[in-house]
Amino acid sequence: MAIEVRIPTILRTYTGGEKAVDGKGETLEDLFADLDTRHDGLRARLVGDDGSLQRFVNVYLNDEDVRFLGGIATPVSDGDVVTILPAVAGG
Amino acid sequence: MLELSKDVYDAIVAHARRDHPDEACGVVAGPAGSDKPERFIEMTNAERSPTFYRFDSMEQFQVWKEMDARDEEPVVIYHSHTATEAYPSRTDISLATEPGAHYVLVSTREPDTVEFRSFRIVDGEVTEEEIALV
Repeated sequence: MAIEVRIPTILRTYTGGEKAVDGKGETLEDLFADLDTRHDGLRARLVGDDGSLQRFVNVYLNDEDVRFLGGIATPVSDGDVVTILPAVAGG
Repeated sequence: MLELSKDVYDAIVAHARRDHPDEACGVVAGPAGSDKPERFIEMTNAERSPTFYRFDSMEQFQVWKEMDARDEEPVVIYHSHTATEAYPSRTDISLATEPGAHYVLVSTREPDTVEFRSFRIVDGEVTEEEIALV
């Protein structure tokens, strides 16, 4: 078992076009670090220099927005599904 | 070129007018690869602001899942400007993440005149396109 991570179109350049990839970790932070070992550069699109989630990226753990859970420190476990969506926003 | 039905055009304008002076936003979904905007979906502007918009994150998640299940994509992403022209702002350009979408801008700054324009935004480049009502 692993954690399934669903990748939006705009980030599929990092996954060779794959819509979903598998990863592992105890928290989202671990998971993104793990993904970055195989999909170099992906983590930087999700996590800012300050170590928190990028402001205009939405990350969902199963059916919850992780901003309402523990953000980047949210615990994850095998069988979870993590969905990444770029925020649709502007001025 | 964006081909759009009069019904969808009217629905976008009506939404923009209704939410004025806050910015209104939404998508028009269509079958993946078809470039046909068919299913009009109003979104909540979580910012409720006259100068900024952001889709409510949980609503976006639901709508994106639904589009996925129906093999659709966001053909049009629209929002309004309520005091300025219907042209992508610097923020709009820097946050555009759907190179395949038509970005529709409506300005509600004039109560009696509709400004309705469509753009492609790819890698920070803005290209205006014609709109045909079909």
